[in-house]
Amino acid sequence: MAPRAPASLRRRLLIQLIALSAVLAVALYVAVRLGAERASEATLDSILGAATTAIAEELRSVEGGTELDLSPGTFSMLSAVGEERIFHRLDISGVAVTGYADLPLPPRPPSTLEPVFYDAPYRDTDLRLAAVARSLMIENRPAPVLVIMGQTRDGQRAIAQSLANRAAALGLAVFLVAVPLSLLAAGSLMRPIANLAEAVGRRGGHDLRPVRHPAPTELKPLVEQLNAFIARLRQTLAQTETFIAEAAHHIRTPLATLKSEAEMALMQAGDEPTRARLRGMIRATEESARSAGQLLDHATVLFRADQRAQERVDPGAMVAALVERFGPTADLKDMELRLDLPAAPLETLGDAVLIEAAMRNLIDNAVKYSPDDSSVQITLAAEGGFARLDVRDRGRGLGGETQAVLERRFHRGANVAGVVGSGLGLTIVAETAVAMGGRFALTEREGGGTCATLWLPLSG
Amino acid sequence: MRFLLIEDNADLARSIRTRLDLEGHAVDHAASLADAADHLAAAHYDLILLDITLPDGDGRQFLARHRAGHADTPVIVLTARSAVSDRVDTLDLGADDYLTKPFDFAELQARCRAVLRRRGGAASNLQSLGDLTFDPLGGCVTIAGEARDLRNRELRLLEALLSAPGRILSKDQLCDRLFSYSEPVSDNAIEVYVARLRKKIEGGSARIETVRGLGYRLTVG
Amino acid sequence: MRHALAAVVWLIAALPALGFEVEAERRFGPEGAARQVRVLATTDIGFFAPLAEAFLALQPGLSLHYVQAASTEVHRAIDAEGAGFDLVISTAMDLQMKLANDGFARALPSDLVEGLPGWAHWRDRLVSIAQEPAILLIAESALPEGQPLPRSRRDLIALLRDHPEVFDRRIGTYDPQVSGVGYLFLTQDDRLSDSIWRLAEVMGRLNARLYCCSGLMIDGLLSGELVMAYNVLGSYAAANLPPESGVRAILLEDFTLTLQRTAMVPVNAPAPDLGALLLGFILSPQGQAIQMQASADAVIPAERFATQPWLRPIRLDPGLLSSLDGMTRQRFLAEWSAALDQL
Repeated sequence: MAPRAPASLRRRLLIQLIALSAVLAVALYVAVRLGAERASEATLDSILGAATTAIAEELRSVEGGTELDLSPGTFSMLSAVGEERIFHRLDISGVAVTGYADLPLPPRPPSTLEPVFYDAPYRDTDLRLAAVARSLMIENRPAPVLVIMGQTRDGQRAIAQSLANRAAALGLAVFLVAVPLSLLAAGSLMRPIANLAEAVGRRGGHDLRPVRHPAPTELKPLVEQLNAFIARLRQTLAQTETFIAEAAHHIRTPLATLKSEAEMALMQAGDEPTRARLRGMIRATEESARSAGQLLDHATVLFRADQRAQERVDPGAMVAALVERFGPTADLKDMELRLDLPAAPLETLGDAVLIEAAMRNLIDNAVKYSPDDSSVQITLAAEGGFARLDVRDRGRGLGGETQAVLERRFHRGANVAGVVGSGLGLTIVAETAVAMGGRFALTEREGGGTCATLWLPLSG
Repeated sequence: MRFLLIEDNADLARSIRTRLDLEGHAVDHAASLADAADHLAAAHYDLILLDITLPDGDGRQFLARHRAGHADTPVIVLTARSAVSDRVDTLDLGADDYLTKPFDFAELQARCRAVLRRRGGAASNLQSLGDLTFDPLGGCVTIAGEARDLRNRELRLLEALLSAPGRILSKDQLCDRLFSYSEPVSDNAIEVYVARLRKKIEGGSARIETVRGLGYRLTVG
Repeated sequence: MRHALAAVVWLIAALPALGFEVEAERRFGPEGAARQVRVLATTDIGFFAPLAEAFLALQPGLSLHYVQAASTEVHRAIDAEGAGFDLVISTAMDLQMKLANDGFARALPSDLVEGLPGWAHWRDRLVSIAQEPAILLIAESALPEGQPLPRSRRDLIALLRDHPEVFDRRIGTYDPQVSGVGYLFLTQDDRLSDSIWRLAEVMGRLNARLYCCSGLMIDGLLSGELVMAYNVLGSYAAANLPPESGVRAILLEDFTLTLQRTAMVPVNAPAPDLGALLLGFILSPQGQAIQMQASADAVIPAERFATQPWLRPIRLDPGLLSSLDGMTRQRFLAEWSAALDQL
């Protein structure tokens, strides 16, 4: 399974902060609840234990038995917190002598002087009980005495509950406050990242300068790696540019030599078969040269399209220069190149190299496929936010094939027999159109020929 | 015309020279920038053909220096590189035109003529036969002083025939001169153009003679 | 006390069905009313009648069955016999507290308990409906000329010591062995100050006579048999002592015990909502006014506690239980007897 991309950092942080707040709020509640209960229980236990112990010590052995004087103050005090119900039981030598005779006994008898605390149900409620053991001399014999005091803990529970409720309300309030604070914190934390991302994003596609935007410590390693990557990319790009240029040179120079040698040989050749062969060789070298040229152009297009250079280009000036350049070539076939430019200069933003390559291919195609003595019409006009370039020829037309098919790499139209071309020309135009954010269309002309249209978005 | 060819590839240089020679031009060859400097110091040239990649330096440096010095000799750059920046650079640096290798000689011819025409200045050597005069640079033909309007291929056909006056040029040879090897040529293309040219130069002393089975020649009378 | 009385009841075991001893009973309201509220109380029917009638006037569809009994009997009825009553009223605060502590009292509606001051209720189980002082009664005429009336127990002790001839055999007080209220007063006296023991000694030397009830002490005063009665229930005095009797009711200023008449709704009440309704009426201003009137102003309105701080309401809390403890009671009564018997 492909690893899942992590969700937005901001959302993660937000969720974690909120989860943390929730956990803390719950922990607060639980802590207070437990703490309050334990604290109050411990306090009340110690009071209960003290009262039981006091009563046990109040027990006196007198002539004729034992004597006990229960103090109302003790009972009042035990009952005071939360108006608890009080129960007592006094056993001498294992026999209940006074108080509530069925009050539950402790699970284990107290062994030391310390009270034993335990919980037990009694009658219609649950009690917290303390039992204290003493020894009393009765009729000259030691008799074990067990004093048990029990109290309900309703009041304590009520207080603990109300404390816990307050804690819950506090926890909830804290949580509710934490939510917007978390949002703020997440936002402010993410800001440096957002700033950095924006700064990097604002750079042009061509911008291979190192990123110098100040970054927080945690992002510094990322920025450093990014800069290292940019440097490597710059190097690779430079190498690629160099490579493409070198490749061109290294392919074309031998081809040029080959061609001119063949031409020389052809001039000197006598017999027809040899001539034919030599012509074939020459055509092959021309085809190779052309293919090489288009492959290199294509490589350049691919290479440059990614970089998204944003230069200001005057398509009118560019097409005019190209038309002038193709002048002598067209002349050789007695072809006329007619150029119509708009009155006001147009401007498009993009890669000058690519646009030039596309336009050159369009004109080259038109010249290549047009017969002698024909004319090629080139018009440039502004149309709905685009610069529209039309190249119309009276050539062989599309031969019934669709634009999409013709654009396919290395596809040569069905009607190109006898004409040298590698089939990359239209691909280059189409890819350039897409990269520049424009469009490209091929249509048949009435009366024969092709109209190739290239739209480039106008700047501004 | 007098050419200076600055090209380090010996084979290519040889074939360019031979070809230009055939056309009737004089070509000096320098294989390095240093060599070129010597040549330029010694003689005057009508046109410089410059290869961009040279063993002892970038052709662009030469261009820059050339502009500083002999601004009058036009330079056509021969480049095998495809980067447009190269093309733009060369033109910016002062080349008058450029050609991508491998190139058609016809194109080379046409561009040379265009450059020279643009520059003006260089004397055009008129060729003539009988009352027919041909200005290769301007691409004009006059029959007994009267200008005749010839299409491009007709001009080239005339030029080819003029280059070997009185000699028979085979159809094949003419084909080589008129059409590039990648163009589709119909069987009777030469006949068609010969007929057209005949018509255009009618009325003059020069005429095209058909030699059956051998070819054509331009004769007077 | 309980054990003693239990023994008495055994002796009267001939009594039929109703296990506990009833002193009086009466039915109020229309015959065959849709519902009936059953009340068990120590209060004299005469005192209660105006309350019952006023209540029924407001609740036309109800009738009221009132049963009067002694405080120990009331306790026994609920504790041992589980008799079905909707409202139980008693002046024996300790016995009521024991019932509540032992789980016989039902929780009352919160709106009943809410407005009451802390000393006037225990939890939501026991509610004080009237506060009565324990007063000192003295036949003024019997005192020597110009003798000021005692204002504190100290004064009283001095008076008794100084004029033994006036008071010998002519002092009356509750017999704590027999009277629940009497025992309660005594234990509370002891809780607040030890002057009771000196008073007991003095009263013992003066051969004080012990009575089971306030009524008899008042009769004694009226007949001239007694000159002084200590710790008499205020309501009895007010009801039965005409102003011209020459007997003065004194609220001693070191402290005056104030007993609370408490009410509760038992857990096994057949109509607990009616019990609560009646209780609510008694606590209402109308109910309280009727009570005050019926007991001839012996009932103290709660506001007087603020202005007369010597009025000490007996605390309504489990402290009352300690004095009910068998061994403790035994010890207390032994001490009391020892103090009285000076022979």
